[in-house]
This record gives sequence, structure tokens and C-alpha cells, in this order.
Amino acid sequence: MSAVGSHRMKRMPEPRLIFEQSSAGRVGCNLPVADTPEVDLNSVLGEMREELRLPEIGELELLRHFTNLSQINFGIETGFYPLGSCTMKYNPKINEKTAGLPGFTQLHPLQPIETLDGALEVLMGVQEMLCEITGFDEITLQPLAGAHGEMTCLMLIKAFFEARGEGEARRIVLVPDSAHGTNPASAARCGYDVKPIPTNAEGNTDLEALEKALDGTVAALMLTNPSTLGLFEPNIEKICQMVHAVGAQVFCDGANMNAMVGTTRPGDHGFDCMHLNLHKTFSTPHGGGGPGCGAIGLKSHLEPYLPVPVIRRSSGKVVADYDRSQSIGRVSGFFGQFLMEVRAYTYLRAFGKEKMADISRHAVLNANYVRERLKDVLPPAHDRPCMHECILTAEKYKKENGVRALDISKRLIDYGFHPPTNYFPLIVPECFMIEPTETETKETLDQFCDALIEICREAVENPDLLHDAPSNQIVGRLDETMAVKNLDVRWSPSS
Amino acid sequence: MLGRHEHLRLSFCLAAGNTTFLNFQMPYIPHTDSDRKAMLETIGVQSIDELFREIPQNLKVAPGSLNLPPALDEPKLMAHLMDLSKKNVNLTDVTCFLGAGIYDRYIPATVSAVISRGEFLTAYTPYQPEASQGYLQAIYEFQSMVAEIYGMDLSNASMYDGPTSMAEAAIMATGIKNLDKVSVSESVHPHYRKVLDTYCWSMGIEVETVPAAQSGTTDLSSVGSTSCIILQYPNFFGNIEDLAALRAKCDAEGALMIVVADPIACALLKAPGSFGADIVVGEGQPMGVAMGLGGPMVGLFTCKKSLIRQIPGRIVGKTKEAHGDKPGYVMTLRTREQDIRREKATSNICTNEALMALSATVYMIALGKNGMQSVAKSSVQNTQYAIQQLTAAGAKLRYNGKVFDEFVLDLPKNAVEVRDALLKGGILAGLPLGEYYSGMENSLLVAVTEMRTKAEIDQFASQLKEVLA
Repeated sequence: MSAVGSHRMKRMPEPRLIFEQSSAGRVGCNLPVADTPEVDLNSVLGEMREELRLPEIGELELLRHFTNLSQINFGIETGFYPLGSCTMKYNPKINEKTAGLPGFTQLHPLQPIETLDGALEVLMGVQEMLCEITGFDEITLQPLAGAHGEMTCLMLIKAFFEARGEGEARRIVLVPDSAHGTNPASAARCGYDVKPIPTNAEGNTDLEALEKALDGTVAALMLTNPSTLGLFEPNIEKICQMVHAVGAQVFCDGANMNAMVGTTRPGDHGFDCMHLNLHKTFSTPHGGGGPGCGAIGLKSHLEPYLPVPVIRRSSGKVVADYDRSQSIGRVSGFFGQFLMEVRAYTYLRAFGKEKMADISRHAVLNANYVRERLKDVLPPAHDRPCMHECILTAEKYKKENGVRALDISKRLIDYGFHPPTNYFPLIVPECFMIEPTETETKETLDQFCDALIEICREAVENPDLLHDAPSNQIVGRLDETMAVKNLDVRWSPSS
Repeated sequence: MLGRHEHLRLSFCLAAGNTTFLNFQMPYIPHTDSDRKAMLETIGVQSIDELFREIPQNLKVAPGSLNLPPALDEPKLMAHLMDLSKKNVNLTDVTCFLGAGIYDRYIPATVSAVISRGEFLTAYTPYQPEASQGYLQAIYEFQSMVAEIYGMDLSNASMYDGPTSMAEAAIMATGIKNLDKVSVSESVHPHYRKVLDTYCWSMGIEVETVPAAQSGTTDLSSVGSTSCIILQYPNFFGNIEDLAALRAKCDAEGALMIVVADPIACALLKAPGSFGADIVVGEGQPMGVAMGLGGPMVGLFTCKKSLIRQIPGRIVGKTKEAHGDKPGYVMTLRTREQDIRREKATSNICTNEALMALSATVYMIALGKNGMQSVAKSSVQNTQYAIQQLTAAGAKLRYNGKVFDEFVLDLPKNAVEVRDALLKGGILAGLPLGEYYSGMENSLLVAVTEMRTKAEIDQFASQLKEVLA
């Protein structure tokens, strides 16, 4: 069993809430003291608040608190994290160093634009490299996360149809049943009605159903390629042609771009726009669930509607263009996730022309290797080569042994691995979605596969071992129903 | 004129120098030749290319054929980024009196020490709570402290940034009131209102702008039936709005009361929650997050308990073990969210801004009650001194109301010209308002945080006097 997190977690005391460690009078930071004349706060501000119940903690205790918390938290640097659809690849340290330069961190978004040449060059560099990698005409870095990028794409499509006088007529967005939940939610957030499109037995889009659904009321099809089944859509060009034939647009969910970097370009497939997750494909850290970083790519017919500011070249200089009469406006406060763009820029320049394709090639190699090694215990949902992730099913253990995919996942934690994604896509029963990424060694993949093979044996011989897992963490399985019933979402002095 | 791709080629060639293609090993891809060979054998294919056989041939590009700049090794990469960073004027080079929603505040050293720990930095959304208790507890602490600062019942796990947080609050109000209209004061940050406009346009929601620029605080008299009224506290001009009057107006119109509040100001000011606000949102950047050209930021989102099921974003709740008594933390009320509810979700948001929320958590703890109030007090003190000195230097205070750490000066000259002249002397004087409000071409929004010293303020005043002379 791997040492990751196991022994030390069990003997660690339960972490106390920071509020329970507070002692009146302690401070955790040596703050600047104002040397201007004192003022009477009441006369300046009027009535003030009575109390502010924040903890009072010394600096060392603060650090120990968070160090202890970090040790009961699993990250990529802790161990293998094959969370499907999330592309948990290594986040290079050099990126943290470049993004930490004061010439980037100490920039105010409203300082004169003439003082930001270097920042604009970084943004422009990311845009240009992403244009080349995706095959789109334009990239904007304004969206703040993947779902935000999806929503921005739909807004562009909406603006496009409004400008053509088709805004009222086109009110439907088609979303395959295998899509991420953000797709229908983003469509709804843009005021569209959502209509699902089924997936056929081979794992491809059901073309007949698509044909039936397509008419002049459709604004867009939101397609994930490779799909969430980890499969490349072989009919992609035909699908785009079918959608375009009724005047609608095709959006590509770029969550799975890691399968394509340097190998194939969604802009060449016929898509009109797509979102990218720089925190997946281009290695900016996930940070525990954010900041995300959601660039979008688009063809030139959607360009007039780009959110402001538009970063572009003009007479040899990079400029921030706000003077755009057809723009959808702002989708975020300033220039997007700038410090994340610095990281993505660093990453892209590290790979460069020579090595960019190595990303997708090794991501796909690793996923197929895992798929092959596990196929006897966890059969793949489809008998086809997978792309950057493989979708396997644990259905037989549920039927024969009363063990669910969730139980197998929880047992993986005991073996020192972060579990894959479970129960998504929704159309595969007892599903595992395993995305190893290109940054993992063969040895790690072997250890992981060995562990899963062993766990599948346990599922048959000793299912309770799985039902009770994990057993080596600071807590056992948690009661999520109770969390909803007895809602406790904040500490207060009386609780 | 060169097209974009020519430019690309040009700038990348320059960067390339005489570099030739090298067969180097990328440190982020650990495969050796023998690994690849063994893996392909196990899979039962001859080459990696075979794994891509389902991609139509005409859609493939050959490895290495994209028009991209050549790879840079680590020292060259660092040097290149260092060069780019030096092409900016950063705030260690100048003295910053610019605020307008993003503030130059002291960030304790503990913040970066904590957020650079790989267990936090490289984790994802805590879908497996047993292996994510560290983050979940930290977010629970974050929620507790943000709710406390705003005087609200509860907080979510954070949003993208202040502007999107406000837009989500407004959309939430239209759902609750079943009325496609929102009202927002002209004294709310113009960028926040722009984001609100975009979000509301896409959903067919009407946005009514409530006047404020004349008096510097909002005139609510014209507001009629609406789903919510949104004010900022202190507002964009720095003035402290009358939230009791807002509550009364919201009650009269049956609207939700939404406040965009600065968390540092709330360390001293009466909390928006104590006036009965329904939703309080804000930008968390002043609490330990680098300015970073405005991203990544962290949106704060708090509300009354009765509204919790309509709230967007993640929420962490406390529970206990299913088969034991140990307490633990999980993401809760998940049935509101997109991965379960799909198009019926309360929002399409599927992440919070966890790392920046963690920064804010460390900040709030490091400063604690006394530190937060000390920072706020120093800012007020510096601001009052700056008002005295700058008005003595020839500027006029535009509004008479109470201010916290920001104020509008009317200048006898165009504010952009004055700002640019002062920048030459190393003073970033503030934000010229002509771009945002017609007739305010001579107005400058000035912020004075705890970071400024008496000497810096004196310097600002003496240079301003020269520029205005």
C-alpha cells in the first residue's frame, strides 16, 4: 500500500476549527502603522459596528493550522489524481515562479494602459498560440472559467443571430445526453431552451435524432469532442455541415482538448466556437476548485461580438480595444485571469513548436494503456480506442456483489490514489472515467492498475472492505444527507 | 500591414534566434523510449499514431508542424518572462493612490506560504470529501468569516469575482421575485454594471439605472416595481450610502435588497446585514489577493438563510461520519448545481475561486479582529489626511458625504492630463472619471489605503500643486 496520506492521517488529531484556537489579543501579522494624524472615527464614519467576531491567532499557530489542513488534503503533488474530464496534470513550478514576478503581480487593472506593454504582450502571445493550436481565427481570454467560457460562446451566438434578425426564432440549444452539466446550465443561463440529443450504441452522436431535431428554431449544438465517453466523434465534419445547413452554429466543449493539442484542431473540424480550460489543458493549477481559466476560440463571423476589451495588434503594438459597437460587453471585471495567463504562456513556451504534440500523444497513450490493463476487471463501455480518458463500467460488481463504483473509488483512497470520476457520463452505468494525463509514469499507471485489479478481487471476496472504505483517512465516509437536513454552513459563537 | 500570423511568425523568429530542433526530453512528460515501446506492446498497436486512427486523416496535423515559437529551456523561459514583466510599470515602481474596486493592501507573508502548498494548489473541487477535509474545513472557515464581516446568515464558497457575483445575485433576485427587472445605482462600479448588463441582456432582463452621480449618493425616489435594488457600500465614488433608506425602499417596492460591500470597510462600518440586506456580495481581493491586473480575484456572496436554496455556486457544510461520530465537511445542497440539475440549476457555475478564497481565509485569520480594524482605521486616517492636503494643493472635494478610504476630487484641469503628469513623478494618482460619467472629465477618484505614508501623501500633494499651477 502506498504511504500517501495513510499512516500520518490516522494518528493525527482531528483539526480544530480556527475559531476554537482563538485567544483575545493575539495577532498573526505585523501590520503597517499609519503615521498620519489620528482622527475621531465616529465623527468621520458615523455609527460603527459593535463587534467583529474574527479569530485572534499568532503567526506560528496560523501556519500550523494550515499545514495540518494541507496534510489531510489530496493534490496532484500528493499522488495520482486520474479524475476524468478534469485533466489533473502536473502544474510546473516554473509557472508559479514567472506568475509571481512583481512585474505581473503588482499591476493594477486600471493603471494607464500605456504602462502595461509586457502584460498585453503576454495576453497577445497566449491568444496567438491558442489560435494556432485550435485553428480558430480569434481567441479571447476574458472568461473566468470553463463554464463562463461556454456561456460567453452562447452569448456570441445569441448576438450573431440577433444581428441577423433571427434572435427570436432561434431559441433552442441542442445538447447531447453525454454532455457536462454545465452545457445545459450555460444554455439556460443565456435564455435558451435545451433539447437533448441521444448517443448511439457506438458512443457517437445519433445522426438520425440530430437530423430530426435540426430546424430553423435551433441556435446551436453544443458538442464535446472528444466526447465525455473519451471517444473521438468520427462524423464531426458531417455533424457540423448538418447544423450549418439549417443556419445554426456549432459550439465545441473544449474540456477534452488535451486529447487534441498538436494533433488535430477543432477549428478545422467545422466548429464555430469553443471554450478551453487553461486550468486543464495548459497546466494552470486547479487550486482546489478555482481559479478556472476559460479562454474561448471563434471563427471570424463571431468576431464583431467579442467581449471587451479585445486585445489585438494595431500598427505594431498590442492594444486593448474597447471601441466595438457590436460587442456583447463585459463578461468579467478586467482582463480575465491574468496571472493564470502568465502561467499558460510559460507552459506554451516551454513546449513550443517541437514538443506541443507530445501532450496529446502521451495523454492518449497513457489512457489506452490503463484501458488495456484494466479491461478484464472493468470492461470499457465501448470497444474502440479511447482518446485521453477511458470510460469503464463496474456494473457486474453491483449486480453480483452489491459493490458500487463509489465503493471501489473509496477503496482506492486506501491504496493512496485519488479516485477517478464516477457516475459521469450519466449514460454509462456504474461508470469510471479515468484520465491519467501525459505527466504520469508507466510505473504509476501500473501501481494504479494493480491496485484496481486487487480491489476488484476484494469486491468479490470481501465486499464489506469496500463498503467501509476509506479507512485510513482523517474521517470515514461522511453523512451527506445529514449535511442537507441539518444545514450547518458557518461557525458562530454559540454553535 | 502584416496580418496576425505574419506577426506571430516574426516575433517568434526573433525569439528563436538560431535555435535548431533538439531532441530533448520534456520534464513534464516522463516517458522513455522503452516505456513507450512496452506500453504500445501491451495495447497491441505499433505506434502512437495508430491510437488516433478514428480521427479522419484530413483533420490531423503532423507533430511539430504548427506555426509556434520554438521551445525554451527553463533559464531562457525565466529570462524571457522576466523581460516581459519589466515592460510594465508595476506598483513597486510608483506610489499607488488608485483603487476603484482593486486595492493596494498589505498581503501577509503567510498567505503565499499557505497557498503555494501543493496539497492546496494542485487539488481540485473536493468531490471526495474524505480525502479533501483540509480544503473543505478551510472553506467552512472562509464562509464563517465572510458571513461575519458582512453581518449575514451565510456565505457560499466564493464566486469568480465581484462583478460576476453581483450579476448572479441580481439574476437570483429575478428568479425569486419572478420579475425580469433589476435596478442598480449609477454609483455602483461601472465595470460591475457592464457585466450586469451583459448577463441581463442574454436572459432578457431589464436593467434600470438609478441616478447618483450628481449628489454622489443614490436617489431612490424614482425606483418603482423591481426584483431588486443594488447599491455599493461604500459606493464607487467612495461615499457611504444610506442602507437604512435602501431597506425601507425595498420593503415599499417588494424588492430584494442587494449590497456590494467592501469587506475592509465593513470591519468598521455597520455591516450591511445589520440593515437587513437580503444578499451582500463583493470583491474579496483586498483580503490577501494580489492585484495581478485584476485576475484571479475572488467574488464574495452572502445571503439570508431563507434564500439558501436559490444561491449559486458551491457551499460547504458540516456533518459527521455515516458510521461514526467524527465531524467532517462536505459540499452540500448539491441538488441546486449544474452537474445534477443541468438546465434547471440555480447557475452554470461549477467552481468556486478556491485558491483565492483560501488567500482571503489566511488573511482574515492573520489579521483577525484587531488587524482588520487596524487596517480599516489606518486607511480612514490616511484618507482624511490626504483630503486635507490635496484640497490645500488646489483640488476640490466633489462630494460632502462620509467616506471610508476613497473620494472624488474635482480638478481645475482634465483629470487624465493630471494623472499622466503625476505618473511621470512616480505618483499613480487615481482614476480619471470622464470615461465613465459624462461631465466628470475633471474628476479624479483617489484611494488611500493603510499602505500609504504621510510622506507619500505630502509628496502627492506637493506634486499636484505643481501640476495644477
